[in-house]
Amino acid sequence: MAATEAQSSLRHAFGNVLAFFILILIGVLAFSIRLFSVIKYESVIHEFDPYFNYRVTQFLTKNGIYDFWNWFDDRTWYPLGRVIGGTVYPGLTLTAGTLWWILNSLNIPLSVETVCVFTAPIFSAFASWATYLLTKEVKGAGAGLTAAVLLAMVPSYISRSVAGSYDNEAVAIFALIFTFYLYIKTLNTGSLFYATLNSIAYFYMVCSWGGYTFIINLIPIHVLLCIVTGRYSSRLYIAYAPLVVLGTLLAALVPVVGFNAVMTSEHFASFLVFILIHVVALVYYIKGILSPKMFKVAVTLVVSSGLAVGLAMIAVLVAMVASSPTMGWSGRSLSLLDPTYASKYIPIIASVSEHQPPTWPSYFMDINVLAFLVPAGIIACFSPLSDASSFVILYIVTSVYFSGVMVRLMLVLAPAACILSGIALSQAFDVFTRSIKLQLPSLSVDSHVDAGNASSESVVPNDTVKTDKIEDTPKERTSKKSKKKEKEPVEKPPSKSQIKKKLLVLPLETSIIAIILLVLLGAFYVVHSVWAAAEAYSAPSIVLTSHSNDGLHVFDDFREAYAWLSHNTEVDDKVASWWDYGYQTTAMANRTVIVDNNTWNNTHIATVGTAMSSPEKAAWEIFNSLDVKYVLVVFGGLVGYPSDDINKFLWMVRIGGGVFPHIKEPDYLRDGQYRIDSMATPTMLNCLMYKLSYYRFVETDGKAFDRVRRTEIGKKYFKLTHFEEVFTTHHWMVRIYKLKPPKNRIRGKIKKSKAKASSKPASKRKELKRNPF
Amino acid sequence: MMTRLNLFLFTFTILSSHLLSASASDLILTKVDRRIDLSSQIVRTTTTLKVENTGSDIVSEILLSFPENHVNHLAHLTATLNEGRGKAKTSSGVGLPVEVVHPKGVPPKLTIYSVTLPKGLGKGDSLTLDVLAVFSHILKPFPEKITQADIQLLLFQESAYYISPYAVKVQSLTVKLPDARVESYTKLEDTKLQGSELKYGAYENLPPFSYLPIVIHFENNQPFAVAKELVREIEISHWGNVQITEHYNLVHGGAQSKGEFSRLDYQARPYVRGASAFRRLVAKLPPRAHSVYYRDEIGNISTSSLWGDSKKTELVIEPRYPIFGGWKTAFTIGYGLPLKDFLFGLDGKRFLNISFGSPINELVIDTLIVKVVLPEGSKDISASVPFPVKQRQETKFSHLDIAGRPVVVLEKNDAVPEHNEHFQVYYKFNCLSMLREPLMLISGFFFLFVASIVYMHADLSISKSSASYLAKIQWEEVQATVRQVHNIISRCLTTHDKLEASLHDLSRTGDVQACKATRKSVDSSLKELTKELKSPVAFLQSSPQAAQILPKVEEVIVKERDLQEKLMAKHSTVVDCYEKKLGGREIENRVALHHQKIAALRLEIDDIMDLIDEI
Repeated sequence: MAATEAQSSLRHAFGNVLAFFILILIGVLAFSIRLFSVIKYESVIHEFDPYFNYRVTQFLTKNGIYDFWNWFDDRTWYPLGRVIGGTVYPGLTLTAGTLWWILNSLNIPLSVETVCVFTAPIFSAFASWATYLLTKEVKGAGAGLTAAVLLAMVPSYISRSVAGSYDNEAVAIFALIFTFYLYIKTLNTGSLFYATLNSIAYFYMVCSWGGYTFIINLIPIHVLLCIVTGRYSSRLYIAYAPLVVLGTLLAALVPVVGFNAVMTSEHFASFLVFILIHVVALVYYIKGILSPKMFKVAVTLVVSSGLAVGLAMIAVLVAMVASSPTMGWSGRSLSLLDPTYASKYIPIIASVSEHQPPTWPSYFMDINVLAFLVPAGIIACFSPLSDASSFVILYIVTSVYFSGVMVRLMLVLAPAACILSGIALSQAFDVFTRSIKLQLPSLSVDSHVDAGNASSESVVPNDTVKTDKIEDTPKERTSKKSKKKEKEPVEKPPSKSQIKKKLLVLPLETSIIAIILLVLLGAFYVVHSVWAAAEAYSAPSIVLTSHSNDGLHVFDDFREAYAWLSHNTEVDDKVASWWDYGYQTTAMANRTVIVDNNTWNNTHIATVGTAMSSPEKAAWEIFNSLDVKYVLVVFGGLVGYPSDDINKFLWMVRIGGGVFPHIKEPDYLRDGQYRIDSMATPTMLNCLMYKLSYYRFVETDGKAFDRVRRTEIGKKYFKLTHFEEVFTTHHWMVRIYKLKPPKNRIRGKIKKSKAKASSKPASKRKELKRNPF
Repeated sequence: MMTRLNLFLFTFTILSSHLLSASASDLILTKVDRRIDLSSQIVRTTTTLKVENTGSDIVSEILLSFPENHVNHLAHLTATLNEGRGKAKTSSGVGLPVEVVHPKGVPPKLTIYSVTLPKGLGKGDSLTLDVLAVFSHILKPFPEKITQADIQLLLFQESAYYISPYAVKVQSLTVKLPDARVESYTKLEDTKLQGSELKYGAYENLPPFSYLPIVIHFENNQPFAVAKELVREIEISHWGNVQITEHYNLVHGGAQSKGEFSRLDYQARPYVRGASAFRRLVAKLPPRAHSVYYRDEIGNISTSSLWGDSKKTELVIEPRYPIFGGWKTAFTIGYGLPLKDFLFGLDGKRFLNISFGSPINELVIDTLIVKVVLPEGSKDISASVPFPVKQRQETKFSHLDIAGRPVVVLEKNDAVPEHNEHFQVYYKFNCLSMLREPLMLISGFFFLFVASIVYMHADLSISKSSASYLAKIQWEEVQATVRQVHNIISRCLTTHDKLEASLHDLSRTGDVQACKATRKSVDSSLKELTKELKSPVAFLQSSPQAAQILPKVEEVIVKERDLQEKLMAKHSTVVDCYEKKLGGREIENRVALHHQKIAALRLEIDDIMDLIDEI
C-alpha cells in the first residue's frame, strides 16, 4: 500500500521534473529559433518602428525615467515636435531599459542595442511558458506542454519577435497570454491574490501595446457569456470585478491611455458588464435569502422600476457616445469593426501594408497546420465545457475575426490557435496512445500464456477481443492477471475514467497509423516553422542580400546613406523624406525629420506628399518653408528593389490630395493606370519624386531601364534647377539631394554674377598660381 | 612679388646669422644630404649630417633648427648616430636624446633642438648623424576646395638651404614626389626634375642660418586619412586573450570637396571623378589576430576583407562611403590576440609589450588615446613609453567586477606611423584572482539553490496559531484521510472484481469449490476493510473542515456496502444455481437483475470516487 503510494508520488515528482525540463527546453527553443537573423545577418535592430523604440530606450537609459516622461522630441515632426513620453506605450522601453539597468548594475557590459535585439526572443520564451500555464488551466499539463511547443515556433509570432525585431508586440503577446492565464486561474480558484496579479498583468499589457483593448473587451464578453449560460459564480465575480476596478485605475496611469480608459467606447463594454455582474450578484444574493414566493414578488417589483432607471442610463450613455467625435471610437478600432472603414476614409491607415486584410495563403504561412487542428481543439473544448474552455473558444472566435480584418492581428490569433491545437493534439495523442496501451498488454499477456501453457483456451477470448464487444476484454485481462500474478501488488482497480476510456478505445492499427500521421504533421509544422524563421522572417530589411552566381551580395545602402547624413551634414539640418524613413533617419542619422512613422499629423504628411508630387519649383518652396535642407528618396530602379518611393508614390498623391485638393490623383494616372514610361502623364514626369529618383539615371545604361517597373522611363534627360545631388549610395537605393540656396531676385544681377563667377576662377587661379602666399 | 619677399627673408637670415655666429661653437657641417619624401600625406625629412669639430673644446651636443611653420607640424624627431656605411642604420637606431633649447641669438622664427651625443666630440673628430623629422598636416591643399572632378594639388614650402646654426660646406636636397603631375616648383640654378625626383644643389660653403625658400605645388591623390581621435583599448584577460578595440573618428584631411557628388561619375570613372577620395584603408594587424570585427554605431560594415599568414594579418576596410575631402566617418575595429605573444614575466612582475599606434597604414592621428585595461586586482602599475605621453589612471567596470579594473591611459597628440613602437606596461597580478569571478558565479548559483531548498522545506508561515494556518493543517489532514478512504474503497472494488472473476471462472470450469473458497477469502478481506474504514470516517465526522466532503464520503460508503450486498447476493445465486446444476440461461435470467443493479451502482461509485479524487 505504502509502496504504491510512494511509487505514485515518485512518479508524480518525476513527471514534474520532466515537465520542468521540457519547459526549459521549450524556452531555449523559442529563444534560439529567433536567432536566425543574428546568425544570418547581424545583431542589429530591424525595420522601422523598432528603430524608434531603440532610440527611446537609448534616451531612457541615458537620461533616466523622469526625463523620459517629460521628453519632448524636437528631432521629429519639425517644426511641431512630438511629446514622446505622453504618446508612446512605454512597456517595451521600460522592460528593455530595466533589463539593461540590471545587467549594468551587475557590471555585465552589454550595450543597449544588444539588450534591445534580444528582448523579443527572451519574451517569446516567456510567452511560451505563459501559454503552458494557460493551457494547463484549461486542459491539463499535457495540452499545456503541446501548446507551449507550438507557440514557441509559430511563424506568425516569429515574424514579430525575431532577434532585432524590437517592437511592442514582442512583449505584448507575452503580456496578453499571461493576463488571460491569470484570469482563468482566478476563475478556477476564486483567489483574490490571482485577481490582483491579473490586474497588474493587465497594467503591463496596457503599458505595452494598444492591443490591450482586445483584453478589456474579450473578458467582459466571456463574463457575459457565463452569466447568460447560467454559469455565474462567486469565482466569476472575483475574476472580473477587481480586474475592472484595479485595471482601469492602473491603465489610467499610463500617459498614453490616461482618461481614454474611461472615456472611449472601447472600454464601455467592460463597464456595462461590470454593472450587470453586480445586478446578477445581487439577484443571486436575494434569491438566497428570500423564499421562492417572495423572490417572485421582488423580481416583478425590481424589474418594473429597474427598467425605467436602465432606460435613463442607456439614454445618457448614448448621448455621451454621440457627443464624442467619431462616436467615441478611434480610427483604428473602427476599421476593425468595419473592415472597409480605413480604405474609405483614412488613406494613411490603408497605405500600411500590415493593415490590409490577409489572403488565404498568409493563414497557411503564418499558422500552418494549426489552422486544421483548431476545429478539433474547439470540439475538445466542448467536452466537457468549462468556464476556462469556453473562454478559449471565445478567444479563438474573436481573434479569427480580427485576423481577417488586418494582417497584423494574425499575431493575436496565433496564441489562440496554438492553445487549441495543443489541446487537440494532446487529446488525440491521449486517445491513440491509450488505445494502444490498453491493447498491447493484453496481447503480450496472451502471447505469454500461449508460450507458457500452449493451451488454446486463451486464444479464443483473444479473438473475441477484436470481434466482440471491447468491454469484455479488460475484465478478462484483470481476471487473468489477478489469477496468474497473485504475488504482484494489488493492481489499482479500473476506475471510472478508465472505464470511460475503455469506451474510447480504437483499433490498434488505426491508432498506430494515426499517431504516425500526427507525428508527421508535427514534423511538417516544425520544418515549416524553421524555414519561416530562417528564410522568410529573418531579414532585417535595412540590409538586403541577394544570392547570385558569384556568391552573396550585400546591399547595405540604407545604412550607407544614414551614416553619410550623420557624419557629413550639420547636426541641425532637416531631412525630408516620405514618412516610412522617418524613424530610421532620426535613429541612425540623428537628423531632424519632417514626418515619421508615428503618423499622428495627417496634414503634415500631406504637405510632404504634396511636395513630392509637385513640380520642382513648388516643391522647393514647400520644403524651403519647412526649413528643409536635404531631401532623401529611395530608388530601387537600378537594382530592382521593389518597395521604393516610386511604388509608394500614389499614396503620397492620395494623402497629399486629401488635404491639398490641387493634387489630383487622375493627373498622375494614364487611363487609370500608374505608369512611368513614355505614356506617363506630364504631371507625373515633372513631379519632384520622379525627377529625384531618375536624375541622371539614363547615363547608367543609356536606356534608363527601370528594373522594378520593367520599363524604360518616360523622360530621360532633364536637369535639376532647385536641387543638387549631394549623395547617392552604392546601388543607388538612397539618393540625397540638397536644396539649392535661393537665388537673387533680379535677373540681371544673376547673369552678371554668373559671368563674373565664370571669369573669376580662371584669373584668380592664374594669379594664385604665381603667388600662392 | 614672391621672390622679393624671399630675398628679404634671405637677407634677414643672413644678418641674423652673423649675430649668432659669434656664439656658435666651432662645429661645421662638412656634408648635409637631405631627402624629403612627399609621396604621402606625411612628410618625412631624412637628413644626414656630417659634423666636424674644428674648435678645441669637446662638444657634447649638436643643435638642429627648424623654422616655425615646420615645428608646428613636427610630429616625430629622432637623431641617430650613423657609424660607418656598412652597418644598417637602424642597428644603432636607439635615438639620441633630443630636447628643445633656447640659446641666445637665434632668430625668433626658429626653434632649436639639441641632440646630446653619447660621448663628446673631440677636436678634429667627426661623426655622422641621421636625423629623421616627420611632419603631419604640413602639406596645404591648394586650391582649398575642389569639385569631384578636380585633382588634389598640394603646396609644400621648404628652404633650399639647410637651416642650421652651423656653417655648411656641402649640401644637397632631394625631394621625392608622388608619380604624378608637378604643377610648379621654385626654379633655382641647380634645380633638376628627374621623373618624380626634384633635386636642389649641391650648394657649397654656406654660412649659418642660410635660408632660401622654395615652394613645390604638386598633385597628390594619396589617401589623406586623418583620425581626429583614436581611442585604442587594450584589454588583458589572463584567460589567454588580449582584446583590442579601436574607435576611429576619421576625416579626409585633403582639399575640401564642394558641389555635387555624383555617384554616376564616381562609378563610371572612379580614378578621374573622385581621384582625391579614398575608399579603402589597410590595417596590418599582428599575426594570429582573431575575431576581427569592423562596425560602427549602426551596425556591421560589410565591406571588409581579411587575410593573414604567419607574419601578419591584413585587414582591408572600406568605409561605408568613399571619403571625399572634408568628409567624415567613424567606425570601430576590434580583434583578439593571443596573450602569450604580448605578455611576459619579469622577476615577479608581468609586462605587456605591444605597439602603441594604429595598425592602419599612413594614418595621421591628431589625438591618440591608448587605454590598457589590466585585470582586476593588478598592483604596482607602471608604463614605459619611448616618447613623451600624458599618463593617467582610471578604473573600468566590466564583467561582474567588484573593485573595477585599473586602466592606464596614455595620451599622445599628433601621432604618425613612426610612433608605432612597442611600449610596456608593468604590473603585478596574482593568478588566483582569475578564479574570483567564476567562483563568484558558482557560489551565487549555489546559494540560490540552497535558498530554494530551504524555502521549499521551511515552514514560513508567520503565526503558527493563526486560524488560517490551523485550518490549512486541518485541511491537509482531512485530505489525507479522504485519500485513505478512497484507497480503501478502491481496494474493496478490487476485491469485488475478484469475486466477479471467480464467477467467470466458474462459468468456464464449473469448479464450485474454488469459487466458494474465493468467496470466503473475499468475505474476510471485505470485513477487514470495513473495519479499516471506521477510523477515518470517524475522524472525518469529527473534523469541521470535512463538512463539505463528508456527505460524499458517506454516500460512497453506503453505495459500496449496497454494492457489496448485491454482489454477495449475485454470487450466492450463481453458486446456488451451479450447485443445483441449472442451465446457463436460467442462471442468466436470475442474475440479470443483479447484474444491472451492480453495474449502475458501480458507475455511481466511480463517479463519486472521481469527485473525491479531485478534492
